[in-house]
Amino acid sequence: MPPPASPSPAPESATGPDAGRGACLWAGVRAILPILPGIVPFALVAAYGAKEAGLSLAGALGLSTIVFAGAAQIAFVSLLATGAVAPVILATVLVINLRMVMYSASLAPHLRDAPWWARGLMSYIVTDQAYAVSITRFSDAPRMRHKAWFYMGTAAPLWIIWQVFTVAGMLAGAEVPPEWGLEFTVPLVFLVLLVPAMRDRPSIEAAVVGGGVAVMLAGLPFNLGLMIGGLSGIVWGVLAEDRQTRRQRRARARPGDRAAEQEADR
Amino acid sequence: MSLATWIQPPFGPVQFWTLVVLSGLGTWMLRASFIQLAGAFQVPRWLSRALRYVPPAVLAALVVPALVQADALFTPAWDWTRPAAGAVAVAVAALTRRVILTLVVGMAALWTFSALGW
Repeated sequence: MPPPASPSPAPESATGPDAGRGACLWAGVRAILPILPGIVPFALVAAYGAKEAGLSLAGALGLSTIVFAGAAQIAFVSLLATGAVAPVILATVLVINLRMVMYSASLAPHLRDAPWWARGLMSYIVTDQAYAVSITRFSDAPRMRHKAWFYMGTAAPLWIIWQVFTVAGMLAGAEVPPEWGLEFTVPLVFLVLLVPAMRDRPSIEAAVVGGGVAVMLAGLPFNLGLMIGGLSGIVWGVLAEDRQTRRQRRARARPGDRAAEQEADR
Repeated sequence: MSLATWIQPPFGPVQFWTLVVLSGLGTWMLRASFIQLAGAFQVPRWLSRALRYVPPAVLAALVVPALVQADALFTPAWDWTRPAAGAVAVAVAALTRRVILTLVVGMAALWTFSALGW
């Protein structure tokens, strides 16, 4: 029996199996472009927080280049300003960034062919945005040859914009008027990425559980709602897949039930 | 130098930069964990199964709270602007899967609903 037609749209030709390194890099840049305006207010808020906490320009830029993780940076400077002890600051940063382990595991098989030093560099610039955009394209175009280049194309512009607007925020104290709601563009882009990720029953259930738990726990500190929501969704997805497999096996065991047989063969 | 000068504020420049570097190093290790180990060992089956559900679960966990603004649940003045604009964006995203179109319509909805004073 031929495999069922894929429900997702045809992979863009720019990232087909024959696309070269430059084409993949450029495709990554284009894919991340719509997300860039949304991180500007975030970078300015982080810079503002650093300024309030009494950091110098060098200190703020050091934090944004060495740590390069928005939510963790904001927590770092606000804890610093309230006089928290060093282990608490360090632990908070690490707990907030725990979700990166999930991204790392999810990206790893796609970046496997890159040399170790390039993987080290690519690890340094893992962000929510670069992860989400890259993993979506990798599942749409699984045969893309230069996935690492596509990933770099998504991740590097975020790094540049982040540093530029950290400096701008420190120097000018510039602020995008909050009533513009520019930061709302970030969930909007993730939303478009979420749609093709819900490709079958178990992944839909994973999304419902992940989103539901995250909303209920949104009041938790350290981004823990996101972490726990994500993990719950993943576990639920695996269990839902098991349930689906068992259902299909049962259906297969019952001869004569045509629809069920076809379902089981898929 | 006693341990306390490293732990307790106020921090001097050396302590501050040490803390920044440790935070950066720890964050890098979280990010690099699997990316660096890839290829060094065969990914166990349970892990590769679980990884298939990272995108839907995590994307939903990122999107839903940002659209619903859940902390508004616990404040008396519920702000409908974002959930309403989010609902419009969900429809556009589900029907078209186009990033720019969803951005334009979603932001237009947000500004319209704010102007209407919802």
